[in-house]
Amino acid sequence: MTLADRIFLPLRLAWRQLRAEKARLASAIAGVMFACVLVFMQLGFRAALFDSATSLISAMRAEVFLIHPLTMASFRPEPLPRARAGQVLALPEVMQATPVYLAQSTWRSPEDGSRRTIQLIGFDVEAGAMAFTGLEHVAAALKQPDSAAFDLRSRPEFGPVQPMLEALGGRPLPVQVGNRRLDVVGTVEIGPSFGADGNLVLNETNFHRLVPERPFSNTDLVAIRLQPGSDIAAVQAQLRALLPQDVAVLTHPELVAWERRYWETATPIGFIFGFGSLMGLIVGMVIVYQILFSDIANHLREYATLKAIGYGNGYLSRSVLSSAFILALLGFIPGAVASALLYDVIGQATFLPLGMTLDRGLTVFGLIFGMCAAAGLLAMRKLRDADPADMF
Amino acid sequence: MHPVTLEGVTYSYGSGELRRAVLRDVSLTVAEGEIVLLTGPSGSGKTTLLTLIGALRAMQQGSARVLGRELQGASEAARVALRRRIGFIFQAHNLLGFLSARQNVAMALETEAKLPERQRLAEADRMLAAVGLAEHLHKAPGQLSGGQRQRVAVARALVASPGLVLADEPTAALDKASGQEVVRQLRDLARSRGVAILLVTHDPRILDIADRVVSMEDGRIVSANRPAEGPAA
Ligand SMILES: Nc1ncnc2c1ncn2[C@@H]1O[C@H](COP(=O)(O)OP(=O)(O)OP(=O)(O)O)[C@@H](O)[C@H]1O
Ligand SMILES: [Mg+2]
Repeated sequence: MTLADRIFLPLRLAWRQLRAEKARLASAIAGVMFACVLVFMQLGFRAALFDSATSLISAMRAEVFLIHPLTMASFRPEPLPRARAGQVLALPEVMQATPVYLAQSTWRSPEDGSRRTIQLIGFDVEAGAMAFTGLEHVAAALKQPDSAAFDLRSRPEFGPVQPMLEALGGRPLPVQVGNRRLDVVGTVEIGPSFGADGNLVLNETNFHRLVPERPFSNTDLVAIRLQPGSDIAAVQAQLRALLPQDVAVLTHPELVAWERRYWETATPIGFIFGFGSLMGLIVGMVIVYQILFSDIANHLREYATLKAIGYGNGYLSRSVLSSAFILALLGFIPGAVASALLYDVIGQATFLPLGMTLDRGLTVFGLIFGMCAAAGLLAMRKLRDADPADMF
Repeated sequence: MHPVTLEGVTYSYGSGELRRAVLRDVSLTVAEGEIVLLTGPSGSGKTTLLTLIGALRAMQQGSARVLGRELQGASEAARVALRRRIGFIFQAHNLLGFLSARQNVAMALETEAKLPERQRLAEADRMLAAVGLAEHLHKAPGQLSGGQRQRVAVARALVASPGLVLADEPTAALDKASGQEVVRQLRDLARSRGVAILLVTHDPRILDIADRVVSMEDGRIVSANRPAEGPAA
């Protein structure tokens, strides 16, 4: 028998057997699809939450960052000496070092006065260290005393700021933050994070007016932009040598990972969604196993007959595994389509960046395949009960 | 070289206190193209003997040469390989319900798949025509009568040109007319191809197809006679 026949013939036998019982096939496909959607949802939420947890950090444009080594996450920074921002200018590769101030305060909705925690981000808005969409249009206006730019991707509970601004036709929208009155002069786009689901961008001086208890000599983060074409890793190493131990020097991806690791380890989020995925896979495996097992159990005579007429265990095992793979494929395709649709619907409702990615598609495909293979391997043991000596 | 040569075959089920010999020192040969009927009271060991010859069961004592292979001490893989060269007909037809008649018959050619698919199906069709089922190639077993199903089973047993056909009460589930039809076809096809047949039966109506009738009692062969009812047809 050729290799192709060794694979194709058992596969065809499996397909013919599956096809013969439509209701059973449909329930098996539904089972795989269910597992598939569940895993897609769990992994999607997980990724979306971690992505949104780091959306503020991701939107920063600098190549290298300084933080306090004990800072765990951006919503709760440990201060570091502002003087470090000046020190790094000693390196010729450093183009610019921008201190960034982070704090949280209470926002009152301009619509109904309800309170909600908002993330404040203060920095020299004209330095260009932040890649927030729309920032360049409001940077000049943010120089005005007590002005701020509102993140229009903040959750709707913060109030209909954008429509209200439009209604004012270019004039600022007065709002209350903490115990101060601010003018919202425009909008930027950042996205909600875990720490706060709304953001407000301010110029350095306005930040300090709003949060006077923060000493000017400290900052929370230093965003360092390098001359174009600089070797980031080399600069990072030089900065580490140059600066005292009270700062950590991280590249942009490292800072994103740092922030993400906090949410992964300090919260049960990662565990919950991992557990959810595992549950989905186990349920799916049990369903597929049940289907395959009863297929064999109900057809023991037929399997024993095949053994009697010269089919080996290998052939029949490959046939059972083929059934599992057919179910994996037939369940995955509608499962992936349904998941993509659900991502859209749920993404719109929750403002989470949910979306189908090739990476996740491949991961889930692998998981579903593994799940079905495990079910097939377990069910295969039932083949041993088909004894050709019982046939006569 | 005879298709079947048994020497001193002894076989027991169970172990310890419960061990019971169901075959005792059985010796038997079946010549090429010979049709041998095996009869005897229930429990005399006929089926057990057939499963040993068919390599469906591992040997215990004695020697069995089947189609040139010694089965004493043969590996599982060797037994599977030998089974491909034997045609089996069971009491129930044991066809795969989800395959058509021709697909069922072609299954006997797929164990090794020496022929390409198209030829396998052509062989299956030819064999089904030979058992009078040319009209029913695409029917599932569920759409055929009992006699027709057993004829599909005959076609499946013969399609791979086996050197030996083993059948255990192939007519037990059939009425007289269809039983005789099935056995007659089996005999004719076997004769024209020189295939030896060892067929277990309780059915006196079909004794006349045999070249030789072997009787068993309590695990032993007690007589090996020409059929009583006239010459072999
Ligand atoms: N798998 C088994 N385990 C234990 N004992 C068995 C087994 N198969 C058969 N036997 C016993 O072995 C003896 C011979 O059985 P066997 O089936 O070979 O007889 P038989 O001649 O084919 O009978 P029948 O005409 O009723 O089919 C019987 O006593 C039976 O109970
Ligand atoms: Mg019997």
